[in-house]
Amino acid sequence: MATIYVDGTPHEVEEGQNLLQACLSLGYDLPYFCWHPALHSVGACRQCAVKQFKDERDARGRIVMACMTPVADGIRISIDDPEAREFRKSVIEWLMTNHPHDCPICDEGGSCHLQDMTVMTGHAHRRFRYKKRTYRNQCLGPFLNHEMNRCIQCYRCVRFYRDYAGGRDFDVLGSRNRVYFGRHEDGVLENEFSGNLAEICPTGVFTDKTLKKHYTRKWDLQWSPSICPHCAVGCNVSPGERYGSLRCVVNRYNDAVNGYVLCDRGRFGYEYVNSEKRIRGPLARGAGENAVEAVSKGTALERIRPWISEPERVVGIGSPRASLESNFALRALVGPERFVAGMSDPELRLARRAVSILRDGPAAPPSVAEIEACDAVVVLGEDLTNSAPRLALAVRQAVRRQPTEKAARFKIPAWDAAAVAYCCQNEKGPLLVATPAPDRLDDAATWTRRAAPDDVARLGFAIAHAVCSASPAPDAMSEADRSLAEEVARALKDAKRPAVLTGVSCGSEDVLRAAANLAWALRAEGKDARLSIALPECNSMGLALMDGGSLDQAIEAVENGSAQTLVVLENDLFRRMEKTKAERLLESAQHAIAIDCVENPTTARAEIVLPAAALYEASGTVVNNEGRAQRFDRCYVAEDNIQDGWRWLIDAMSAARRSEAKDWTSLDDVRAAMTEALPALAGVAQLRVEGGKIPRQPHRYSGRTAMRAHIDMSEPTPPEDADSPLAFSMEGYSGAEPPALQPFFWSPGWNSPSAVNKHQREIGGALRGGSPGIRLIEAAPSEKIVWFEEIPQAFSRRPDEWLLVPLSRIFGGEELSVLSPAVAERVAAACIAMNPKDAEALGLKAGDEAEIRLGGTEPIRQPLADMKELPEGVAGWPSGLPGVEWVEMLSWIGRKGTD
Amino acid sequence: MMERPLTQHIVPNREPLSAEEYEKVGGYGAVRKILGGIAPQDVTRMVKDSGLRGRGGAGFPTGLKWGFVPMGDAAPRPKYLAVNGDEMEPGTFKDRVLLEGNPHLLLEGILVVSYATQLDTAFVFLRAEYKLAAARMRQAIGEAYARGWLGKNILGSGFSLDVHVHTSAGRYICGEETGMINSLEGRRAAPRAKPPFPPVVGLWGKPTVTNNVETLCCVPSIVVNGPQWFKNLSRGDDGGTKLYGVSGKVKRPGAWELPMGTTVREILEEHAGGMRDGLSLRGFLPGGASTDFLTDAHLDVKMDFASIEKAGSRLGTGTTIVLDDETCPVGLVLNLTRFFAQESCGWCTPCREGLPWLASILSDLENGQGRASDLKILEEHTRLLGPGNTYCALAPGAMEPIASALKHFREDFERHLRGKRCPWRSAG
Amino acid sequence: MLTEEEKTEIEEHLAALPVRRSGCIDALNVVQRHRRWVSDESVRDIAAFLGMTPDEVDSVATFYSLIFRRPVGRHAILLCDSASCWIMGQENLLDLLEKRLGIGLGQTTEDDRFTLLSVACLGACDRAPALMIDDDLYGPVGAETLDGILERYE
Ligand SMILES: Cc1cc2nc3c(=O)[nH]c(=O)nc-3n(C[C@H](O)[C@H](O)[C@H](O)COP(=O)(O)O)c2cc1C
Ligand code: SF4
Ligand code: FES
Repeated sequence: MATIYVDGTPHEVEEGQNLLQACLSLGYDLPYFCWHPALHSVGACRQCAVKQFKDERDARGRIVMACMTPVADGIRISIDDPEAREFRKSVIEWLMTNHPHDCPICDEGGSCHLQDMTVMTGHAHRRFRYKKRTYRNQCLGPFLNHEMNRCIQCYRCVRFYRDYAGGRDFDVLGSRNRVYFGRHEDGVLENEFSGNLAEICPTGVFTDKTLKKHYTRKWDLQWSPSICPHCAVGCNVSPGERYGSLRCVVNRYNDAVNGYVLCDRGRFGYEYVNSEKRIRGPLARGAGENAVEAVSKGTALERIRPWISEPERVVGIGSPRASLESNFALRALVGPERFVAGMSDPELRLARRAVSILRDGPAAPPSVAEIEACDAVVVLGEDLTNSAPRLALAVRQAVRRQPTEKAARFKIPAWDAAAVAYCCQNEKGPLLVATPAPDRLDDAATWTRRAAPDDVARLGFAIAHAVCSASPAPDAMSEADRSLAEEVARALKDAKRPAVLTGVSCGSEDVLRAAANLAWALRAEGKDARLSIALPECNSMGLALMDGGSLDQAIEAVENGSAQTLVVLENDLFRRMEKTKAERLLESAQHAIAIDCVENPTTARAEIVLPAAALYEASGTVVNNEGRAQRFDRCYVAEDNIQDGWRWLIDAMSAARRSEAKDWTSLDDVRAAMTEALPALAGVAQLRVEGGKIPRQPHRYSGRTAMRAHIDMSEPTPPEDADSPLAFSMEGYSGAEPPALQPFFWSPGWNSPSAVNKHQREIGGALRGGSPGIRLIEAAPSEKIVWFEEIPQAFSRRPDEWLLVPLSRIFGGEELSVLSPAVAERVAAACIAMNPKDAEALGLKAGDEAEIRLGGTEPIRQPLADMKELPEGVAGWPSGLPGVEWVEMLSWIGRKGTD
Repeated sequence: MMERPLTQHIVPNREPLSAEEYEKVGGYGAVRKILGGIAPQDVTRMVKDSGLRGRGGAGFPTGLKWGFVPMGDAAPRPKYLAVNGDEMEPGTFKDRVLLEGNPHLLLEGILVVSYATQLDTAFVFLRAEYKLAAARMRQAIGEAYARGWLGKNILGSGFSLDVHVHTSAGRYICGEETGMINSLEGRRAAPRAKPPFPPVVGLWGKPTVTNNVETLCCVPSIVVNGPQWFKNLSRGDDGGTKLYGVSGKVKRPGAWELPMGTTVREILEEHAGGMRDGLSLRGFLPGGASTDFLTDAHLDVKMDFASIEKAGSRLGTGTTIVLDDETCPVGLVLNLTRFFAQESCGWCTPCREGLPWLASILSDLENGQGRASDLKILEEHTRLLGPGNTYCALAPGAMEPIASALKHFREDFERHLRGKRCPWRSAG
Repeated sequence: MLTEEEKTEIEEHLAALPVRRSGCIDALNVVQRHRRWVSDESVRDIAAFLGMTPDEVDSVATFYSLIFRRPVGRHAILLCDSASCWIMGQENLLDLLEKRLGIGLGQTTEDDRFTLLSVACLGACDRAPALMIDDDLYGPVGAETLDGILERYE
């Protein structure tokens, strides 16, 4: 700790940080631009100037940049000093010489860091009387709008896009007062995190293009604390609504999970909520013909009442994209024996394996922040950028962090971003990426290895053995793999906090076992090793922690006639099994009821469809990869008859006069019953605040009295939210809300995303009330390692057959986000990928239509793509892409015309 | 006879000495001497003792800088030298004289610093327009390799050195030492923040010495004749001779090697031949565009670091721009400010945005469209863009002529304001 | 496409550098020497050759004032516009040039013979006003000498 004097007041602060960070943590309002808590200091904008004095007697002092000055014991500075104030005001005056006065028509207005800083410095009078420079803007794709005239040259965008996110198709061009931030020519920004520019840019150069289409000022949006539904990382987000439609999604800071950044799928995938595919009211399908009819809630419930009055005759298919509460309500409806988790057999097996590895072994799953703090990383089998994007970004930070230790030897503090970069040049910490297909993280990797899943697993086992000989060794390794394993093992042993990341998308349990052995081997060697297993959906982990069976059990029950009614909760079965199988299941059931938010092949075949709230309209709990249970609260009450899945199920139970849910009136009741019934979920929180409800609307929310004036002059009472301590209002509780309940961040004078500064214990650290979420999984102690002993044989290719491995796709690979027009624009063409040598052997070339057959099904046609890195004998399948049929991973596909 | 260690072998309009010729006149004697058994640290000490200060503009003591380089087996390798031959400061043309006139002298200086700091590779950074200098430098390097002065195991001493020429592509900021390092790394030449200083973290993250061409040309004679000899060359406190230059409306613009501390008067009147007939001196920028104006009251000031500083300016590069009474001071300051605005790298706000504003204001003033409040804005900026407030020394340098012009030529600014036109331009 | 000759020349520069991308400015200079200017296509070619992206190469190329990202004539006239030359009558020289060539600063003559550009201090202040055509430096240049100089360039 060091004592620093700010305008004469002593403060105890942590050493090893810079003065800007320290002053902001202390609550001082010190303006800045080029600094960003995730990007650190470069000293370019000169906005954070303060006076520094040599000692008590020094009255003159000198101006220094707070962001470039280390905290040192006894240092004396002044923020209030007239010269420092004058200088900071001048910096704004300079920036304003070229900044247009277009706030009224600028999308950033009202959430603009530049506006805030301008007010903070007091620059209000314009002396510059010359022309401002103007630029041509670029078309950067569907996500971001580009308005370069507003640029204040803080260089944050390039530093984020290139240094932080690893993008290379964007840079700074030109020089002097004509520097330009863009691409060398118009075109789509390729990086998967480009959308963060809208929040990182302190002005309106980069703004959310999707928001622009239904633009609303930040203060006029109603917000809620929510969770991104588009993968299993569980990034915290704030959706913003106006007039019943969702307008945007912005980052909601959680230091342990997403920090300051979201991926583009998460940020721009929200528009599925407004999509034409939304189911807005109950539907009933007439028998025989395909006539669908909108029915009232009462009619719908009346229709299903007899089907569900005897739980023994009902099977409930839950969903890894629905909340724990909805799944639990379904479980209550059908009884635990007939509740299935909504995952296929292999899916569920992998998810359960993941849980047991994490819970029964000594390597705990890391938070995203903990991955960022790792100093060596092994990725086995998972294309993280495409399946769990935020984790891939964390890996990028981890490999960037390790060289800062070298910089520290030159007394360069880690926050001195430019100096660290110059000192370390392009050095990166150790990273192995071993995956079947080319991986976006390859460019950050020390070693890459392309191999079939069995060989990925074998490499993992070999590294584990090289780390700790108690872990079993695979036999007959190639010389190359053996030496690679040894090299990687050495690097891991040199590290302090190594991490192993893997996932289930390639469908191999062996890969999970290998990853487990490796993480455990590292722990056995005394390393603080972590193991992260990426699952596919926002509540996959939650479902794995519940007790439901697999889809195959449901099929069996329906097909053997023990159940007549099928209730499918927020789940498209066609994404989990072959088309014919799914069709058969839905047809064999006498009655199929689907509860979902969007139309899909499953709802299209259900007899009754009940409209579920989309996640942003719903409240509940989901559990992420880390085992972190996170609550989300509805942003607004969806119109029509849309309601939460769990609420439909309660209604159904009460219509059927079933007693299970008779006392359930709010979400808390469901939660209470759930945590009692399922001890694994015991940590799921019930949060309440005393003294009124927390407003979802900023206190400047405007037009409330006019919004419905064309319908009714009197302002309607806002809906009550029985399920949370939040109100659909601008009035209410005004204290410090628990972070999990913070709908948005705002503080006087801080209207931009930087307002989060004011809600953190220290800048870049946890929120004042801690990090949202509760971890449900803790690792077993290290003494109890039970190694996985069975190691797969080396992959051997089969003549005329190919092993299917997934090509995960961030855009298009997930069911809901692809319904957003902006995301849809980014979907890559569907294909089947092969090594060109294999293609040649088949007499095919890239672009040709390949016809593939799987046991007994119709042949599937797909254009062929060359992927020269793909191992021979393996074929890549773009799982989940629109129009691409479900195929089980690791199945073998045959030569054209054969079976 | 006056000693001229820098230029003694330079004959105007003649090819420079070849390696062989240079050796004949005693060239590479410093290299023979040090490789013959002087410890690297002792070479650095000699340079320290000589009082040599950098000739690139900042006047940093050269030996002291070399002393910052980590030495010994534990030092990071490779270590680099970046020779600063960017010379783009308006008014400055002294390094060109040396580069074109005697490249082997520079190579010899490079060898000395490289040995003293035990570095491995040197880059001679030349501005794009110095085509002749680049050609001659490359020729000399070729000869030096051929004759064993460069390459592996020089003179069987075990010491090796490679030298490469890098030709730049424009931009004054490349002359700022860390901008130069970025440029040599193939990047945009925006400067780097210090610390870390280049001798610790420089080119490609390795220890790097940066020295001006003239600085290094001083070094061989120090090694051969000793620090005291070098000190004695000077008429002031700083050691050695200096290549002084004069441009503007004097009778004989040019560059001359004279003892450090020669007075302004002697340089202007004896060497540059005084003002052109009919003109009188109004002021001068003693050391290039980024130094404060001095006036005829300062003619007897010695041109050395300390004396010029005492007079209120900087020695800078030691090349003087003369302002005569037929030239408008406001126009000159406008020209200078435009230059600095144009050459700003665009990294830090005050320089990037402040300088173009000042250039616009000066342009209005010069054209009779100025306002009285403009002078206040100019004055404010001379404070606001001071050292420490900007990222590098470009903008503070740019303020020096403005601040001093407002001091010495205030009346001229006022005349522009009152008459709503430039008194030096014919009406209409 | 870079020519073999260009590639060889770039490789010569690269031999001195520990990092390939550090040869970016050298590569731009090489290409410009051969082609007078650096086109978008050349930016992409250089990028591919050095393992960079076009954006990275352009970021460097557009920083440096003497990398021409737009076509120039057969001969580039670089007229010094800095202090000493300005004192010595650079404005008159510019007038003269503009009249002789019928173009303004930044423009190229119709016959593609000359492009007229201003440049920061040429380091020829003792020979002011100075200008450079291709690799040749001239100064002081006045009405009497200008025509003779221009004639040397076809
Ligand atoms: C904007 C700017 C431009 C500079 N240009 C040059 C230059 O062209 N040549 C030079 O030798 N030094 C130049 N310098 C000074 C260098 O930064 C550095 O101090 C010098 O090269 C060190 O060499 P020395 O110690 O031998 O003088 C410049 C400095 C600044 C701030
Ligand atoms: S003062 Fe700032 S903008 Fe100007 S050249 Fe230096 S770093 Fe660049
Ligand atoms: S925030 Fe400190 S200089 Fe930009």
